[in-house]
Amino acid sequence: MELLGLYHYWVFVVLLMIGFYAVVAKVNLIKKLIGISLFQAAVFLLYITMGKVDGGTAPIFSGDGATVFSNPLPQVLILTAIVVGISTTALGLGIVVRVKEEYGSIEEHEIQEIDER
Amino acid sequence: MTVVFGIFLLTLLVITAAAIVRTQNLFVAVMLLGIFSLLIAVNFFILDAADVALTEAAVGAGISTVLFLGALALTSERERLGTRHRWLSLSVVASAALVVLYATFDKPRFGDPSAPVHQHVAPWYLENTPAYIDIPNVVTAVLGSFRGYDTLGEVFVVFTAGIGVLFLLSVRRGGAAPGGTGAPGTPGIGLREHVIPRVVGRLLVPFILLFGLYVQFHGEYGPGGGFQAGALIAAGFILYALVEGEERTLAALPQSWLLALMVGGALLYGAVGLAGIVLGSTFLDYSVLGANPVSGQQIGIILIEAGVGMTVTGVLLAIFHAFASRGRA
Repeated sequence: MELLGLYHYWVFVVLLMIGFYAVVAKVNLIKKLIGISLFQAAVFLLYITMGKVDGGTAPIFSGDGATVFSNPLPQVLILTAIVVGISTTALGLGIVVRVKEEYGSIEEHEIQEIDER
Repeated sequence: MTVVFGIFLLTLLVITAAAIVRTQNLFVAVMLLGIFSLLIAVNFFILDAADVALTEAAVGAGISTVLFLGALALTSERERLGTRHRWLSLSVVASAALVVLYATFDKPRFGDPSAPVHQHVAPWYLENTPAYIDIPNVVTAVLGSFRGYDTLGEVFVVFTAGIGVLFLLSVRRGGAAPGGTGAPGTPGIGLREHVIPRVVGRLLVPFILLFGLYVQFHGEYGPGGGFQAGALIAAGFILYALVEGEERTLAALPQSWLLALMVGGALLYGAVGLAGIVLGSTFLDYSVLGANPVSGQQIGIILIEAGVGMTVTGVLLAIFHAFASRGRA
């Protein structure tokens, strides 16, 4: 049970590293952006996990006598971060589309070859 | 029971993520990413973060999937060369993983109420929200009032990203660009010739919009607020565009309105902040806006949430149209 308490963090590490691997190892620019999205989602999961309190409920006073609430602060940070995340991902996708139009490719090494020519 | 379910969901997340990275077909990867978002939203929900779950479901599973698909339509659906420097990358990632894993052993156990994160300002927010703001949803109170500066910053980041996408994709296509990607003669988006998706989609749209408005205006009492509502309303219009075609959506909600929403929302937020100064207090202090400090706070939160909702709707829809119209050109 002691180690079970760390399971969430291990999942966070694994997801983070899967995203990281996609960013460093994949050549395709869209795949890299997908990797960044995974990386980002892992961080979201870490924050929300830390905010959870045993026996707590969502931090909304609903008048049913709940007295233990999970931490609202990480939720606020992540709530806004999700919307900011999609906006910045869209910006990245916009850049990829322009790269495709200019270079005819979204594979990193092909773009580098064209640049060196 | 919840613990077992949570562990099951987390394991599914890892499997999905691995599948996303492994597949060479980007279309499959994007679809799996949508499933991943939905799974992580359920996870957020069982971790007591209802507001975050709502946002993630609308943004991650809905809008992000559509935007990725839009980008795929403009580029290509397959990775030509999967991986380079596989072993070097694997060893870098593995060593980073070991460092972070080592760090997790110092972390407080899951759900521990005495963890440092619960000792700082969070108890203060939980205790004082009823006295200062008197709305049930503490997340909205922190987002709108206690941390109003942060949220203002986030709104401007969203706004800036929207402007950036518009700049990038409104450039006229250069004639020298090698390889126009959209195959010639591809019909614009829209399922007008498919009866069932069209009828079902048309039926769903009004309810999605209504739910979006409910989430917007009920954000003080239940899970909700401007960010979620903006994403939901944008998702409703995007669904309409998918079943009826982009032009009809633009006829219903023209581009100039979208720009007005983007700018107007950010300006409204800033104006509420300035109103605090004008009425003799500090920037973003809503206490002076009403007859008494508590009702002032409530008015302020409703106004800034409206601003957030407007900007998020405007930006997400403007980004969608930027991708979609690029496909038509």
